[in-house]
Amino acid sequence: MKHRALKLVALLLALSAVAVAQDLAAFEKRITVKKLDNGLTVVICERPGAPVFSFSTHVDAGSVQDPMGQTGLAHMFEHMAFKGTDKIGTTDYAAEKVALAKVETAYAAYIEERDQRVGRDEQKLKDLQKAWQDDIADAQKYVKPNEFPQILESNGAEDMNASTSEDQTEYHYSFTENRLELWAYLESERFMHPVMREFYKERNVVIEERRMRIDSNPVGRLVEQFTAAAFQAHPYHRPGVGWISDLNTFSATDAQNFFDKYYVPSNMVVAVAGDVKAAEALPIIEEYFGRIPARPQPDERTTNEPPQNSERRVILYDRAQPLYLEGYHRPDYRDKDDNVYDAIADLMSNGRTSRLYRALVRDKKIAAYSAGFTGLPGHKYPHLFAFYAVPLPGHTPQEMADAIHVEIDRLKKEDISDEELKMIRTRAKANLLRGLDDNEGLASDLALYQARYDDWRELFHQVENLDKVSKADIRRVANQTFVPTNRTVGIIETVAPPPAAAGQNGGGQ
Amino acid sequence: MRRFALLLSFALLAGLLVQASPAAAQATDWQQVNIPPLPAFHPQVPKRVVLPNGMVIFLQEDHELPLIDGIARIRGGSRSEPADKTGLIDMYSDVWRTGGTKTQTGDQLDDYLEIRAAKVETSGTADSTTISFSCLKADFDDVFKVFDDVLRTPEFRNDKLELVQRQYFDAISRRNDDVDEIVGRESAKLAYGAQNPYARVAEYKTVAAVTRQDLVDWHHSHVNPNNIILGIVGDFDSAALEAKLRQTYGAWPKGPALKPETIEFTPAKPGFYLVEKDDVNQSSISMVGVGIRRDNPDYYAVRVFNEAFGGGFSSRLFRTIRTEKGLAYSVGGGIGTAFDHPGMVRLGMGTKSATTLESIQALDEQIDDVATHPITEAEIKLAKDAILNSFIFNLDSPDKILRERMAYEFYGYPQDYLEKFRIGVDKVTPADVARAASKYLHKDKLAVLVVGNSGEFDKPLSSLGPVTNIDITIPPPPGEQPEPPAKPGQ
Repeated sequence: MKHRALKLVALLLALSAVAVAQDLAAFEKRITVKKLDNGLTVVICERPGAPVFSFSTHVDAGSVQDPMGQTGLAHMFEHMAFKGTDKIGTTDYAAEKVALAKVETAYAAYIEERDQRVGRDEQKLKDLQKAWQDDIADAQKYVKPNEFPQILESNGAEDMNASTSEDQTEYHYSFTENRLELWAYLESERFMHPVMREFYKERNVVIEERRMRIDSNPVGRLVEQFTAAAFQAHPYHRPGVGWISDLNTFSATDAQNFFDKYYVPSNMVVAVAGDVKAAEALPIIEEYFGRIPARPQPDERTTNEPPQNSERRVILYDRAQPLYLEGYHRPDYRDKDDNVYDAIADLMSNGRTSRLYRALVRDKKIAAYSAGFTGLPGHKYPHLFAFYAVPLPGHTPQEMADAIHVEIDRLKKEDISDEELKMIRTRAKANLLRGLDDNEGLASDLALYQARYDDWRELFHQVENLDKVSKADIRRVANQTFVPTNRTVGIIETVAPPPAAAGQNGGGQ
Repeated sequence: MRRFALLLSFALLAGLLVQASPAAAQATDWQQVNIPPLPAFHPQVPKRVVLPNGMVIFLQEDHELPLIDGIARIRGGSRSEPADKTGLIDMYSDVWRTGGTKTQTGDQLDDYLEIRAAKVETSGTADSTTISFSCLKADFDDVFKVFDDVLRTPEFRNDKLELVQRQYFDAISRRNDDVDEIVGRESAKLAYGAQNPYARVAEYKTVAAVTRQDLVDWHHSHVNPNNIILGIVGDFDSAALEAKLRQTYGAWPKGPALKPETIEFTPAKPGFYLVEKDDVNQSSISMVGVGIRRDNPDYYAVRVFNEAFGGGFSSRLFRTIRTEKGLAYSVGGGIGTAFDHPGMVRLGMGTKSATTLESIQALDEQIDDVATHPITEAEIKLAKDAILNSFIFNLDSPDKILRERMAYEFYGYPQDYLEKFRIGVDKVTPADVARAASKYLHKDKLAVLVVGNSGEFDKPLSSLGPVTNIDITIPPPPGEQPEPPAKPGQ
């Protein structure tokens, strides 16, 4: 019956090009939202078809919530969420628990000595380190490595992964529909009884992730410094993966504390999309996720970034080829002009009709690529609208800056055309539609919008709101945002390697 | 036998009970959780039509959303381009679309399509080129007309060839900035041979050598109906669309048959290869050799081995190198496979400079360990469960099924190949896996590539064996002076 309703709407859509309102109406019939007694929100989207479903567990806490001196902790906990529970991943949890507590005591003693400013005893430090490592080896005896992900994999979990951003942490995979109860059990257990086993080895894994994404990658190096310069007060100035000294310091106890504070049911949305019936799935989900004890909503207030009053520049002198990046502070995603920024991003960047492509790539022939986007490094708090360009050989970052500024000036001084406005609106609607036939994308979007707006319908409303964006809005927002004193610039300037750069340990001839 | 049947019916009953009244059956252990049988699923297969001129068409109706998408795959790709024009297909498959048609420039097409939120795009790979479209159902006739114009009457305007050449020059100038790009490129050269068509790379010289006439010639010799497989998925009526396609393409004359390829694979001498990169603190290690084709009878055993050895979280490489030793974030690999040429054996990982040698040795140990501690029955069960329980994700949407079928058609595999695969994996035994591993994975036959900052390695790479330094200096564009040598005296 629901399928027929969808088809009718599809017909209407076909007749009237794309109309989001009808689409939303069709979705209303397929979506069930329930807030459980413990505060956890469940969203179920019925999408009849192949007997599979996807889910997204959205935790409304990310790297911004990393405590001072513990950058990277939100991401670290995300890794720990694959380490199992008190029942999974252990041969004897009672004994393991005692052993893990010893590891923490030994680690605290080691760190205290390591961080002595004056009078550090090197021999004592060595002994403490050994004691800590011995305790780790002892705790390891009880571990069944990777049992949790192994259960998922052997049950056919597809695309199992998780991600931590500045704003949120998200966990997902897909299963066949006969494993809905297995999923509900495992996913709720994971967030009821996580165990911080193998923490310090996993910390090394995370440090390798930092080396890969940032230290050994020129764009990673630039963006880390750029973001640190653009934000001075708000936690957005810190890298989500963490500063190296914090990574080498925080403990399993810190990760457990982070979990206790932020992974509370009222801070979580679980969305399921696929070949499920809400009437059957909801009781199962409620049964298992309802077990998570209610805890107080964490205080997520942060320092507000004060207005920027002078241009900031970060120049990375690097072996890599040049790059130009600039960002302007803008308000958070709840701002009334949020859709205006979306319209500007689309106009400036989307495809070969975009203004930056046509100006820098096609006509001036100075860049290989150029675009603008919003959401650096996140959306939840006031953030940056950024532009960048990849200069062609023989062209400089300054030429990129000049050409981008010409296009920004056009935004400020001239109305965009009717065709451009129509293009932006049509594209947003079509893109929304194209995302509706994918369980994984749907689960992720529904959880995100439910968490951010307390209403998944905003996924549709945001697109409808684009229809209200006027030419004057675009000029107004461009004029108030894209000004030099509100700007941070990041540049890669290419330098030749030092002459004696050859390594000594290659041994090759 | 009867006992089994009884158990099965009990399981079914339990499944119903759980769904009717979950409160009565809350599990306290994952093994207690009931997994009812999956209802029978018979995914809709596309309709296959062959025109008299040889064009193969697949039509897959999907009425969920008012959208229609299509793709034509044309035989012939970069592996057939002349070596002195390496990059030809990349440029061809860009200018094919951006260069417009006889009647409209590419820019005019961009405007026309974007206002409809529609796409017509072209692309190229080693063995084929593709042209695809995506549109709202209401715009299908308009967009299909553009698709057909680009397919049959492209103009390859010179300004867009110049544009893509500029972009290509830029990409060449940046190709040593990113470690992954260096590793991917140099691994292929070591596994297949530097001049192998799957491995060779474009240079300023080969890009500059490509002319508009080359693009036109390629198009005329390849874009003929007998070389095309067209697939369309979405909200349409198959019978009506088939009639339209027969009318549009029925009279298109056949072109000459393409010559079969003979491609040589000449793997590098096993040993150690170093790319010096002193602005990184993590080494990327890649051990490579020649893999197998998918029509090899060992394919199923190889897939099970790969899953157990270097696939997901449960695999040996992940467990030992990442979980137990904490040496890497990214680690994995196995015996690579491909439809119509050998895949690449490749084990890869990234580790801090100071554990480079330790990591190479850890990978070596894992390879050796496969012989001394063969993949166990339990590991094989896990691997097979992982493949078979997620099997449905190969066909959980109409467009995935369409893409699979088109691939089998393209490579001459049976249309029910996926089902054969499922049965093949199910039958794999521990002996099969052990045999496949010993046949295709030997550490002494692999070339070991390290991209890293050798000054910070734990030990000299040469302590493991002779090292060949790979010079990745980019040859300058024709007529320009070479870069001053980075390492005087070498």
